[in-house]
Amino acid sequence: MLALVSPALLVILLLIVLPVGWLAWQSIYHDGFTLENYRRIFTEDIYWRSFALTFEISLAVTLIALLLGYPVAYLANSVPKGWSILILALVVLPFWTSVLVRAYAWLALLQRTGVINQLLRYLDVISEPLALVHNTFGTVVATVHILLPFMVLPLYATMQKIPGDLMQAGASLGASPSLTFARVFLPLSLPGVLAGCTMVFVLCLGFYITPELLGGGRTVMVSMLVSRNVELYNQFGAASAVAVVLLVSVLLIFVAVSRFISLDRILGQK
Amino acid sequence: MTMKRNSGFGYTLLGAIALGGTAAHAAEQITFVSQGGAYQQAQTVAILDPSAKKLGITINQDSIPDAWPAIKTQVGSGKPIWDVVDTPTGYCLRGGEQGLIEKLDFSKIPNAAAMPEAYRSPYSVSYEFYSSVLAYSQKTFPKDAPNSWVDFWDVKKFPGRRALRNHPIATLEAALMADGVAPDKLYPLDVDRAFKKLEEIKPNITVWWTSGAQSAQLLNDGEVDMEMAWNGRVSAVAKEGAKVAFTYNQGILQSTSLCILKGAPNLDTAVKFLNEAVDPVHQANLPLQIDYGPGNPKAFETNVIKPERAAQLPSEPANAAKQALMSYAWWSSPAGEAAEKRWASFMQK
Repeated sequence: MLALVSPALLVILLLIVLPVGWLAWQSIYHDGFTLENYRRIFTEDIYWRSFALTFEISLAVTLIALLLGYPVAYLANSVPKGWSILILALVVLPFWTSVLVRAYAWLALLQRTGVINQLLRYLDVISEPLALVHNTFGTVVATVHILLPFMVLPLYATMQKIPGDLMQAGASLGASPSLTFARVFLPLSLPGVLAGCTMVFVLCLGFYITPELLGGGRTVMVSMLVSRNVELYNQFGAASAVAVVLLVSVLLIFVAVSRFISLDRILGQK
Repeated sequence: MTMKRNSGFGYTLLGAIALGGTAAHAAEQITFVSQGGAYQQAQTVAILDPSAKKLGITINQDSIPDAWPAIKTQVGSGKPIWDVVDTPTGYCLRGGEQGLIEKLDFSKIPNAAAMPEAYRSPYSVSYEFYSSVLAYSQKTFPKDAPNSWVDFWDVKKFPGRRALRNHPIATLEAALMADGVAPDKLYPLDVDRAFKKLEEIKPNITVWWTSGAQSAQLLNDGEVDMEMAWNGRVSAVAKEGAKVAFTYNQGILQSTSLCILKGAPNLDTAVKFLNEAVDPVHQANLPLQIDYGPGNPKAFETNVIKPERAAQLPSEPANAAKQALMSYAWWSSPAGEAAEKRWASFMQK
């Protein structure tokens, strides 16, 4: 067994563990040991603000993705097989388009002269174009679009494993469909909810291209601080310290979540 | 100091192959690095190929959008492979101070020695000029267009959406000019005053752009009515038929420069090339290929550039006189670096 996975382990070691370790090392070593890079992060308030904003955006994206994704997964779970494949295909389809292309597509939709503003003005709903992009709003919309599959797929996988008999049992005991849903189906789907939310939240923490293109320069997420610090301090340590703090926060989130649900489940197994 | 152009690597090889013929009998060679794309292609035609021919050397080309990290790593390793780099002037100065760039002996570079002092430094020679200008939509402003940074700041007289670059370089200069500082009296920059003036316009800035392509898209799509942008980007959008224009008045004249890596493998040939690359005639050929101005102002005396073409270029003497010449020495000083660090907290507030 070990022989079979060792090439994969080697690749991970060479391409992930070593470079990340090297970056972490650089963040504390520059002509001698230094915690300067970390002192900066914990004392200058731009870092704090950026981390706070990143967590706020990630939270908003996660909640919206859950509200949009749960009904989709529920529908896919309750229709005949052929239909569910179609629904899931529609969810996954945008996956094969580059994130960059999708960001530009949202720009074309949301900007002042974009499709949505033109339409609303044509219909006389608004007289002045709405500020839909180059701000946090545009960033959140596009990020939800990109991350939605990561919500729907774990939800669907979990729902698939809820035995239909349980709902029938609830009905036979006289519960209305909405009561069966609230008391039986919903609690059983919670592991999927937690898995989907964790995936979306964690992936969102590291988003770069979308806020860069759609944030108008004001939405400074943590990943943007990484690139900014390379330019500003001319040493990788200043940037890798930011990356290390982000990595540690992600690990802490996984540890916290794993107290409630096994990690295999978050990553789509079982 | 983000790069202003797209990169491309394909023609690097082409260039090397094309020059292969001269390589057979020419022992001398250098490796020259620029930023790629149409810009490096234009140099190849105007400057690099003619220089190689005249000097009888081989110029191997490489390209990288941001040379600074590579300069640090190569010189740091003790065995650089590049000789001459074309990079924003600030990097040449900073590199010089950090011992990464060779100090130049101008007695061996007569073409550069003849250039105005503001166009060179102990470590570098201006290679080409571009400008951060005030660009606007002619749809929004068919007449009485904004013509100065004072106008740009005047949201009552010139209503409309605005964009600035998400970077302090040139933006602080514009803010000070908006506050009434004369273009030739900017340095050392009054950073507090500049940020205060920027706070004033901040609520009216729709987008803080980060790349040249983005600034072009904003103007082209009518997403903003006026913005600071690089002259080459605006003229490219105009050429494609968009109703946009710009003024050189109060533009900020910026340059990239040539500098030589410390311990370059072909130092003597590199110095020879440096002299040849800023030769007025080669330099005059550059703006015939692309919308950038020659680094050597003598190029305008060669009659290679037609007067109507010269009038479009950022470094043409009459245009240059209307603009502020960026002081890279100030930006790489401690005060300049502090201003650069202050930018992020300004953006987030």
